[in-house]
Amino acid sequence: MKVLVAVKQVAALDEDFEIRADGKDVDPDFLVRDLNEWDDFSLEEAVKTKENAGTPVEVVVVCVGPEEADEALRKCLAKGADRAIRVWDEELAGADSIGIARVIAAVARREKPQLLLAGAQASDHAFAATGIAVAALLEWAHAAVVTMLEYTPGAGGALLRRELEGGLLHEMQIETPAVLTIQLGINTPRYASLRSIKQAAAKPIEVLTPADLEMPPSEVGAAGSLSRVRRMYVPEKGRAQMIGGSVEEQAARVAQLIRERTGGAA
Amino acid sequence: MSGILVIAEQRRGELRPATLEMVSAAQAARRPGEPVALVLLADDPQRFVEAVSVPGVDEIVTVQLASRDFDPDALEAALGALIEARRPSLVLVPHSIDSFGYAAALAVKGGYGFATDVFRIAREGDALLATRGGYGQKVNVEVDFPAKEVVLLAVRASVFKPAEGRATPAVSAFAAPAARARLSGREYIEVAAGDDIDMSGAEFILSIGRGVGEQANVEQFRELADIVGAALGCSRPVADAGWLPKSRQIGQSGKTASACKLYVALGISGAIQHLAGMKHVATIVAVNADERASIFSVANYGVVADIFEFAAALRAQFRG
Repeated sequence: MKVLVAVKQVAALDEDFEIRADGKDVDPDFLVRDLNEWDDFSLEEAVKTKENAGTPVEVVVVCVGPEEADEALRKCLAKGADRAIRVWDEELAGADSIGIARVIAAVARREKPQLLLAGAQASDHAFAATGIAVAALLEWAHAAVVTMLEYTPGAGGALLRRELEGGLLHEMQIETPAVLTIQLGINTPRYASLRSIKQAAAKPIEVLTPADLEMPPSEVGAAGSLSRVRRMYVPEKGRAQMIGGSVEEQAARVAQLIRERTGGAA
Repeated sequence: MSGILVIAEQRRGELRPATLEMVSAAQAARRPGEPVALVLLADDPQRFVEAVSVPGVDEIVTVQLASRDFDPDALEAALGALIEARRPSLVLVPHSIDSFGYAAALAVKGGYGFATDVFRIAREGDALLATRGGYGQKVNVEVDFPAKEVVLLAVRASVFKPAEGRATPAVSAFAAPAARARLSGREYIEVAAGDDIDMSGAEFILSIGRGVGEQANVEQFRELADIVGAALGCSRPVADAGWLPKSRQIGQSGKTASACKLYVALGISGAIQHLAGMKHVATIVAVNADERASIFSVANYGVVADIFEFAAALRAQFRG
């Protein structure tokens, strides 16, 4: 029995950043990388499933990314993943979320998990698409934005709750194998101990190419994508009127605003 | 390839407001003379016909499904068949929790051009251009869809104005192919219930975010809210950590600050999901230590300060 967790090493922008010369992305020198926040929760859910199971469960993490993504995978290994796989080829730099989904689906075909968990979205580009696209490629049942999961490995299905808009939950049954995308707050992700961080550093990360996964070139990178970036630019944004001065002066001005807007009742 | 399909969204028998926004999005995206068809999928699609008979809708297509409850297998089968039958140039769905659950699957199965959370749609010659945010909404990304005859876009809510008025579009029915449901459920749970307050009715909200740091710090902001006469709200991380009940959360998956006239955000960076619940408020004051926080792009007034020092100073203003 196996749970596959698809993770992403996301990029945040440095304080001052520059757009690349071709105008299609940010210069990578200005990107700060980390494991996607949502993926911390899906990994925890997989590790919890393993710990609560009466039978052996293997938790495998997969990431599509260059060598520096090993850092995100080591974090997962330190938090309880058994094994890590990284898939990369320069061609994949041109993949959109669907292009990434094709790689993850190819890994899932090889690994044959009963459950595949992914983040409901990533903090950098927020496509909210990759996990569900993987499900379509595998022709598996799927549910997005899951905020509660009850799954016994080996059972033919699971109970889950989707988190809808406006504070409403929708409780549903799903068949397995299934792909679920996990929402923040489904659990409390653990911290890695120093000892487990040390152990994770020594664990091997299996590195594969799309060719190793027998993916046809027509599915790799830009060729396997459903969109193409034309340009990236910094938008003209509305900007708040900034209140300066000492913190006392700032508070005095805000107090005045509050009194004006609430009719001076306070 | 011609024509635009707008996919209506219903939940528990009620039309979701984003549906009529999609009609306006279709107007922005269509080629001259290109017809717009609105697609109603439900166990009883007829009941929504009147509500979507608005100018900008040339035709209404009803698709009867077995259940009114969300079933991605049924939606993918029905919409896949309808898109193949009509081959529209563009299909619009709301970027919503439901579409998170089926739109990517529909696109990948059909090989359609695809983008999510789109807030601008334009045509440049034959090319369709969609704009979305990137890197935590700090940049805009313009994408196109080379060699894609059909493009599916999930459009951000509250960007396009809902279509208004009355019209009498033709109504036709489309027979959906049968689909076996692998995900099913009829149970709905209101999580935000159980607290003493209805945030959507509050006129003045003081809201705290990740910047409060830890649970022990929440109390001083509760007191501050009392002193200034505000309801205490929060962003997602505070509710997820259990520091305040979920009913206090403002944003996409929490409450919308519907009646709010003054919103003071303390230590909230301004994730898009939070902004969805409060950016419409007439007066927004944001206090954050990070002068680059996204919240300052929707706030009317900004204060760059340590929120604890600011809170103490504000308290003195009302106690002094």
